[in-house]
Amino acid sequence: MSVALAPGRRPRRPHYRLRQAFVEAASVLLGAVLVIWSLLPVYNMLLIALDAEGDTEYAGIIWPPEPSFESFKAIWTEDYWYLEHFWHQFANSLYIGLATMALTVLIGSLASFAVGRTRLRKGWLLTDAALLTYVIPASFVVIPFHRIIHSYGLTDNLIAVVAAEVAFATPFAILILQQYGRLIPVELDEAARVDGASPVQIYWRIYLPLMAPALAAVGTYALLLAWGEYLYQWLLLSSTRSMTVAVAIEQFFDSDEAPWNYMMAVAIVYALPPIVIFYGLRRYMAAGLTRGGVKG
Amino acid sequence: MSFMQQTLALGRPDAADRPRRPRWRAPVHGVELAWALAFIAPYVAVFLAFVLYPIGYGLWMGRSPSLYAELAQDPRYLQTVVNTALFVGIGVNLKLFLALLLSGFFMRRRRWIKAVLAIFILPWALPAIPAFLSIHWMLIGERGLLDGLLETLFGVGGPIWFNHRWLALGCNIAAYLWKWLPFWTVILIAARMAIPQELLEAADIDGATGMRRFLHVTFPLLANVYLVCTLLSTIWTLGDFTTVYYVSGGAPSRSSEVLSIIGVRYAFDVARPSLGVAAALSALPVLIPIVIVLMRRIQTRGVQL
Repeated sequence: MSVALAPGRRPRRPHYRLRQAFVEAASVLLGAVLVIWSLLPVYNMLLIALDAEGDTEYAGIIWPPEPSFESFKAIWTEDYWYLEHFWHQFANSLYIGLATMALTVLIGSLASFAVGRTRLRKGWLLTDAALLTYVIPASFVVIPFHRIIHSYGLTDNLIAVVAAEVAFATPFAILILQQYGRLIPVELDEAARVDGASPVQIYWRIYLPLMAPALAAVGTYALLLAWGEYLYQWLLLSSTRSMTVAVAIEQFFDSDEAPWNYMMAVAIVYALPPIVIFYGLRRYMAAGLTRGGVKG
Repeated sequence: MSFMQQTLALGRPDAADRPRRPRWRAPVHGVELAWALAFIAPYVAVFLAFVLYPIGYGLWMGRSPSLYAELAQDPRYLQTVVNTALFVGIGVNLKLFLALLLSGFFMRRRRWIKAVLAIFILPWALPAIPAFLSIHWMLIGERGLLDGLLETLFGVGGPIWFNHRWLALGCNIAAYLWKWLPFWTVILIAARMAIPQELLEAADIDGATGMRRFLHVTFPLLANVYLVCTLLSTIWTLGDFTTVYYVSGGAPSRSSEVLSIIGVRYAFDVARPSLGVAAALSALPVLIPIVIVLMRRIQTRGVQL
């Protein structure tokens, strides 16, 4: 082919344009595939939740014939056997999620401040030790953890779950916060120190505000971790009083009635809070993940 | 920031008598040390009580060699090890490779691509349990949504997804990709954004475009982040309980289960906690080297995130 083109180098331009058009078409196609891929399971949730009988998953339908909001109404009024304590369970989930988020941000930022911003010798030991957490994945430690919680007297207590989530979220938080913290000039701290600011003031007035994007990213990470976790909640919480939505949703499988529309409606309601928080904080997170506004 | 301006104006009074040693060598004194220790105290407490103690207790529970001999003779355990290796090996590598390619796609500056990205990260925001339950219902039985779509659009009858071990394993991996691809794509987008624009322009001027620029400029610069992501993600995926538990549920007849599930089953279904712990600990020969490499990588180079 190169021989054929050899005489004049002209044909390159239309060729180039054709290539551009091809790239454009391919990227539109890829975009469409990605959108369908991402939304299909979400659509399936709605499809089943809006079905009045809750048996679409066996009928092979791809469009709700008679959409009904009956299942959402049942959740609102707790008007079904499995939904009796829904809002109480929801409050429990919220408590675990928000407590994990707040504690991870607090404990993680304190630790990464001490390691990165004070002249603490061997501070790196802490980061390394934190990574040790991942030597055995959370789902592998659950068996000894379950026993230890008994000896701490925290059986059937929401705090036990919060402790577990915080323990597993914080190492990653410290990692991110430390990397991000390097972008904030140390001179700021030094200047403040010269002016007589105490470490607490430096932490509160300088470190935290400048770290906001990274804190948002870490907080969301912790919340999503706690919200999507099932194993610890299932094993550590047993009574109706302390049950969370994540555990309750699984109980639908025990039913003979196949109330799948209720199950999916619960799933949708359960998915809403993290989505709201996630998209609300997305602007900050994008900044937290991409170097951010502070430049040294 | 007025204090900073003041300092700049007045100069630093104590600059003269402070030894000019590298910052990290300067010793920490009294009050500052006390504060620093107070700052790390909460994390140290959490670490000792909820990480070190459980791990130590777990090691103690799984100390007997006979447990491992028993595991080695259990055909179900061996099958699970194969499943885990496939799930983690294929899942993690495919995910990161796709994330690397997609991050390049999302770097294109178009408004509609930004909109696609906003939708694409929805699976990350969606909590795992509702998402996997939905995928479970999409695939289960003879006529879930996916088979319904195949039938309506193409007139093809889809398979019964969870009736075959390899098919079920494939479904688990696909669900895992669906959930976690966005997160790692965003991380790699961030890493790509950290590459100085001048480097890419210089490559362009030298005539390295497209594939060549990617192979010789972009990828070498991303290699460290890519490796760290692979290691971190391997660790997390090895311990992934939710995906397989909700999507295939181990179907058909527990043949697609992974290590994290079988450990819990031994402990709470058969009431053999030590055996469960041993099943989990049998992953240590893989996990320990990964964590060591991870520590060294993060220490020496740092990760841009």
